[in-house]
Amino acid sequence: MTVPPTTPPDDVPGGSIYGPATEEIPELFQVYEPSEGVELTPSRTSSVGPTGTTEVLKVENLTVGFPTEDGLVRAVRGVSYTLHEREVLGIVGESGSGKSVSSMAVMGLLPKSARITGNISFRGQNILSMSKNEQRSLRGRKIAMIFQDPMTAMNPVYTIGFQLAEAVLSHEVMSKKAAMARAEEMLNLVGIPQPKARLNSYPHEFSGGMRQRAMIAMAVINNPDVIIADEPTTALDVTVQAQILEKLIEVKDAFNAAIVLITHDLGVVAGMAHRTLVMYAGRPVELGTTEEVFYNPRMPYTAGLLGSIPSAGDTGRLRPITGAPPSLINLPDGCPFSPRCPLADDKCRTVEPELLPTDTIDHLAACHHWDRLAAAPDPTAFFRTESEAHR
Amino acid sequence: MSAEAVPAAPGYQHLLDVQDLVMEFPVKGGGIFRKVIGKVQAVSGVSMHLDAGETLGVVGESGCGKSTTGRAILQLHKPTSGSVKLRGAELTTMSHEDLRAVRRNLQIVFQDPYASLNPKMPVNDIIGEALKIHGLWEKDGLERVGDLLKLVGLSPEHGNRYPHEFSGGQRQRIGIARALALEPEVLILDEPVSALDVSVQAGVVNLLEDLQDTLGLAYFFIAHDLSIVRHISDRIAVMYLGKVVETGTRDEVYGDPKHPYTVALLSAAPEADPHSERSRQRIMLTGDVPSPLNPPSGCRFRTRCWKAQDLCAEVEPPPVDHGGGHLVACHFPVTDISAETSSAARHMAGGDAAPASGEYPGALKLRQDTVAANRDAAGAG
Repeated sequence: MTVPPTTPPDDVPGGSIYGPATEEIPELFQVYEPSEGVELTPSRTSSVGPTGTTEVLKVENLTVGFPTEDGLVRAVRGVSYTLHEREVLGIVGESGSGKSVSSMAVMGLLPKSARITGNISFRGQNILSMSKNEQRSLRGRKIAMIFQDPMTAMNPVYTIGFQLAEAVLSHEVMSKKAAMARAEEMLNLVGIPQPKARLNSYPHEFSGGMRQRAMIAMAVINNPDVIIADEPTTALDVTVQAQILEKLIEVKDAFNAAIVLITHDLGVVAGMAHRTLVMYAGRPVELGTTEEVFYNPRMPYTAGLLGSIPSAGDTGRLRPITGAPPSLINLPDGCPFSPRCPLADDKCRTVEPELLPTDTIDHLAACHHWDRLAAAPDPTAFFRTESEAHR
Repeated sequence: MSAEAVPAAPGYQHLLDVQDLVMEFPVKGGGIFRKVIGKVQAVSGVSMHLDAGETLGVVGESGCGKSTTGRAILQLHKPTSGSVKLRGAELTTMSHEDLRAVRRNLQIVFQDPYASLNPKMPVNDIIGEALKIHGLWEKDGLERVGDLLKLVGLSPEHGNRYPHEFSGGQRQRIGIARALALEPEVLILDEPVSALDVSVQAGVVNLLEDLQDTLGLAYFFIAHDLSIVRHISDRIAVMYLGKVVETGTRDEVYGDPKHPYTVALLSAAPEADPHSERSRQRIMLTGDVPSPLNPPSGCRFRTRCWKAQDLCAEVEPPPVDHGGGHLVACHFPVTDISAETSSAARHMAGGDAAPASGEYPGALKLRQDTVAANRDAAGAG
């Protein structure tokens, strides 16, 4: 089987961090395209639809390790993805799967002790090789983040208005008054009533939903290209969650931003994301359009997750995945999911599968036996037979 | 054997019967004397019942009083007023000694398996402690603990380990084993799976169902995850701001919800199905739950309800039976969900639904403001 590249080839060769090379090189491609009949790369033709075609963020083979007394914690092992303009990429996984750490690496927010390798490029500029100052000018301006818990993400002793204006003033030269006006505009945009009066409120005076709205306002105040939302609604109630998610989509469309949505809630991803990346034990194990991943999972872990959720009308037994995720210090040989996997055989326990295309070129999975899932009418049924055999 | 421990009154109707339960907490001011300056009514007049072997799912958002109700039933909080009867015996007026005997029959599993197990005790002691307190520890005590561990899917060898050596799902199983040690009839499960990962959650839910089948337990299942509650419950009580707004069987509440809050709650819950998730219409409630310090007059949901009228502010709706014990506390119950959903969605989208503006002024205005601001921002950028 020939193996197409898992990520589209880099069409931005080099290009200085500072220079405008990023604007010029795609034009060169376009000159040759029609006349010479040069084949387009797969990513260019396939990524049509509501998202843009320009890559804004590209993560290649990212690894993150934390040295500890017990050994190196390999929190992220080889994450690669691309994010296009206006795209929502959902990253799903259980606690400890590396979904948050990989996005913290993109933001440059990991502690000094973290050992990071790989490539993270934002519009062709490699973030990891940037100086601290260059990173700082990107962070919060071009790449913004929405944190899970708005109460701890905001400073309790400054007003909301001050904190929003601070985000503007640290990147742009403007008067405080103008920054405050911009803060008010943003609060209005995210649906906070009486924004002018609310500028003088402190975070504790806001309810949970309002705080998260203010967080979104802070994230988009500099008109970012990428918003990383790390469990943006996990701390909220369902009725408020629905409001916040809708607001997030509205804001994304208003600013033409792309979103990396990190969550453990498959329902949230189902409704929001164009593409879904499933992570397990620090590795991406499945990547594809949200429909493909949810309706035709090609990695047993994804199938197991889907089978663990009670669905409407199904009152039978749930199909849990047995066992627990592995320790990141002491990973099992071969596929990290093999100890819990009903399909695992000797190959799985010795050779770790690569993330490779399955039935379509855009649907990648890291499984030796994805074809067995493809052949099964109901991939979650593998887990049912095991859990029943277990008793 | 456990049944005799409880002073049973003859002729009781339900295994557990809660009537007009009120739970108030004082709010203290600053200063040296911390004078009481107000009170929060976390639970205001809740009535529900639980029969042997059934599961009552209690759902609602944070702060609606569902956990407080569970603890007040167990008399962990002394209720301000109201009655809690287990097998016909009144618990609210019972002495501590009698209550201890009752608690053999009424146990609780807590939400956070990391906080509810003593880190300094090995598992054998954690589970055996319940037996010792109740004077049931005999020579075969350790064996019994081993049996309990087997019952919840762990092995007896695990008994010498400490809680930190277990994963979240295993700890929750230990918590369940501890609750089962005294062979209770009623288990109060306070968000037993919400701290667990999805794949582990399902295993604990299956375990709870198996235990119910083999031991005939009755569950008072408190949760905010609507899909889990739907899966496990026979009957469901929906709570909002200290009150039960709707009670009924699972099919009644999920299939034919009558209270606008239930309808909105169900429509807001995300489902792991991309197609239905993108195509269905949502009722988007505006704002947050009001503060229980100062609840709205009349119906407590009226501030966020799209059907609210003057009557709702004046008169508190009493629970009305819509057939077969399907109680709904609403003046204007929902009859046709799909029609209601689309009309509510239309109202909230701020579209051409002119007559609705009187009914729902706040939300409509807010929505138009943001749409306008959105347009401006897009034009400017």
